[in-house]
Amino acid sequence: MRPGKMAKEVLRNSYKKPATNLYPAEALDMPFNFRGKLNFIQEKCIGCKLCMRDCPSGAIVINKVADKKFQAVIDFSKCVYCAQCVEVCPKKALETTRDVELAQLDIKKLKVVFGDDKPNAPSNAAAPSTPPVA
Amino acid sequence: MVAALFAILIFPGLLFLLTSGLVFEFIDRKTYARLQNRVGPPWFQPLADIIKLLAKADVIPSAANPKMFGLAPLFAFTAAATAFFYIPLWKGQSLFAFEGDIIMVLYLLTIPTLAFFIGGWYSTSLFARLGSVRAVTQLFAYEVPLFMSILAAALLADSWSLEKIALFYAHHPLYCLFNVVGFMVAMVAMLGKLEKVPFDIPEAETEIVAGAFTEYSGRLLALLRLTVDTEMVVCAALLVAVFFPFGLTLPPVLGFIVFLAELLIEVLALSLLRTVVARLRIDQMVEFCWKWLVPMSLFQLVLNLVLKGMLT
Amino acid sequence: MPNSRKFKIPIGPQHPALKEPEGFSIALLGEKILGLDIRLGYNHRGVEKACEERSYIQAMYLVERVCGICSHAHSTCFIQAVEEIGAIQVPKRAQYIRTIIAELERIHSHLLWLGVAGHEIGFDTLLMYTWRDREVVMDLLALISGNRVNYGMNTFGGVRRDITPGHVAEILKGMDILEERTKYYVEVATQESTIIKRLSGVGVLTLKDALALDAVGPTSRASGVDRDVRRDDPYAAYSEVKFDVITDDHCDVYGRVIVRVKELMEAYKIVRQCCQQMPEGPLTVKVPRKIPAGEAISRYEAPRGEDVHYVKSNGGEKPERVKIRAPTLANVQAVKCMLKDGQLADMPIVVAAIDPCFSCTDRLISIAEPRKDKRVMRWDELRDHGIAWHRARGIDMDGLNLKFRKMLERV
Repeated sequence: MRPGKMAKEVLRNSYKKPATNLYPAEALDMPFNFRGKLNFIQEKCIGCKLCMRDCPSGAIVINKVADKKFQAVIDFSKCVYCAQCVEVCPKKALETTRDVELAQLDIKKLKVVFGDDKPNAPSNAAAPSTPPVA
Repeated sequence: MVAALFAILIFPGLLFLLTSGLVFEFIDRKTYARLQNRVGPPWFQPLADIIKLLAKADVIPSAANPKMFGLAPLFAFTAAATAFFYIPLWKGQSLFAFEGDIIMVLYLLTIPTLAFFIGGWYSTSLFARLGSVRAVTQLFAYEVPLFMSILAAALLADSWSLEKIALFYAHHPLYCLFNVVGFMVAMVAMLGKLEKVPFDIPEAETEIVAGAFTEYSGRLLALLRLTVDTEMVVCAALLVAVFFPFGLTLPPVLGFIVFLAELLIEVLALSLLRTVVARLRIDQMVEFCWKWLVPMSLFQLVLNLVLKGMLT
Repeated sequence: MPNSRKFKIPIGPQHPALKEPEGFSIALLGEKILGLDIRLGYNHRGVEKACEERSYIQAMYLVERVCGICSHAHSTCFIQAVEEIGAIQVPKRAQYIRTIIAELERIHSHLLWLGVAGHEIGFDTLLMYTWRDREVVMDLLALISGNRVNYGMNTFGGVRRDITPGHVAEILKGMDILEERTKYYVEVATQESTIIKRLSGVGVLTLKDALALDAVGPTSRASGVDRDVRRDDPYAAYSEVKFDVITDDHCDVYGRVIVRVKELMEAYKIVRQCCQQMPEGPLTVKVPRKIPAGEAISRYEAPRGEDVHYVKSNGGEKPERVKIRAPTLANVQAVKCMLKDGQLADMPIVVAAIDPCFSCTDRLISIAEPRKDKRVMRWDELRDHGIAWHRARGIDMDGLNLKFRKMLERV
């Protein structure tokens, strides 16, 4: 029973390098295959909407912009980054990136449109089997 | 006249006191962080905190007594700053001195604790009242050993004036070895006065939010934080002046640098102590002080009495 | 005048001692605790109802997010219940991977708890060191599963990602580092006198009380109750690995520290065995979208105790009823008994010692004043009732909503 049992270890830490990162001065590095921001590859999408069906929060909406061309509107404020859409897509049109710095001051900027836009493409088209918004 | 004003306001007066308070707070926090394997705050952090607090609004709870609530931090800071003027650190002289000023310095250092009690009590919030009651309970525990160990050293030096005590020990450095037990007791008791772990019970963050400081905000909180920093400098300087004032016989600038170095060592020791122990409960703290610290300071007192008899 | 020293102090819902909101109202006499009132429900999010409106795959991700620290526990427990209803056989390799992730989660949770316990008694150094070591586990989990919490490894019928030999090498390296650090923490916990002073004799829960109040997990095992779902009702790969169930008879917070630290050592053993014994094979089996009708209860030993999920299916794509009983709900009743004749300074560490996770717990709303008349309200009636209730007390939400909308437009 002695007080100050940690003294030796504590003093040893006085000359070791600190274990914390000076973020944002030093860059963060996420491991490979980290589930960060999604990316949509328009050329591969066939418009089956399986991703829309399986998304737990209704964050992804697939719209048709031309014959055999689809756009994805992903609301990153609703996305929970579970990557279920990535897994269920039969053509591997969605992929995860390692981008984690997604904070925005304006919530409208979090709704990202991937792919070509028709001049007045609806950005919040209702679709079957999306979970209720409330 | 100009020289007196310079001495009171700039050096070694208010400006020097405030600057050294902020510098030592930074050193304390940086050491604490590095010992915990973290980076720690940059050098301007304490100053930035004070400036930010000065810019915020003072919120006084409606049930509180606004006069007492507002005056308590002022009393605390004034007492701590006044105590600093009696500590010799330049050319072996303090700004003011008279026979018996060591007793006055010790009493002046008690006033901040009482002012925290008053401020916390008149806040009328439950957490603040609990914190203020704990502060006074803690005062009963650490004050006796602190006073006894310092007065034991004063006994050996045969004077009640801080200047003369410091000069005595500066001229007879070997006598400082007799006060080692008293110095250790005074260091531990000082942790209680400064409310640092393991004795930071009055402002236990996880139990009573911020203790007596809970309802304070804005400029009053800035003043309270400055008081806490100043108290640390004053207490550390008092211990250096009484227990090992080695720099006073050297030429002034060199002596002053030695004094600062000793202050630094003491602050580093306090940070180390803060890092390696957990917080005690109030009843355990009172028991520890009365079971261990008081007998050790009594022993130091008796030892010094015997030595005085043998030396004269 | 002893009576004037009696007063009630509210700890929570917001308080630096609590990591999550919960209402404790403590009656004090000076520093002594006379009585305790607990009020739950601040973290209620309607997860069980939300599961009924989502398909099984969507509900799985929702249930995973019931709690951040024991997310794999809830996810696996739910999936096990559904797999039992559908009579789905999960391949062996998937069972082993689930076990490895479960034990890694237990390691991360107990290291987090050690740090929080240190913080509650004012020992911030222990907090910083344990959380620095916890980064080893977090990095491992991020490497294997793609996220530091909410791992998303499970799917119906198996797991989504594989643990490659490269991952296995990293895991074994991590276990070695952590084992050495945990041995150091055992030393500190048993020898540092301020820790022993603060934690011994505090929050005492005798064996009789633990059994009567149905405490679960390390809280009860520190009082000598020898119950662990991993051994008594094995799931995943636990029937094939050897490990000890740690019990202690200190019955106080110190005993709970000892139990959790020793469970850490057992977890390293289990992870190493699983990494060695893991068989080759498929990762998952195909599961239809419609689960046949039936109901099942599944149990799981979460880091905090026994987690119970009940799922009822009616043959469709969405579950009919999901009920989640988290371990903290069973343990929080014991806090009252533990704090009898205690001191105010002990309250944070006693609450922290049951390892509270109030996000897991709040699955129900408690009505403070039950009315005599019962009627069923529709959603819009409930909304009108709420608006009228607030207006009667002088709070008008319309003006506030307008102000907020204007503020957001300016941004």
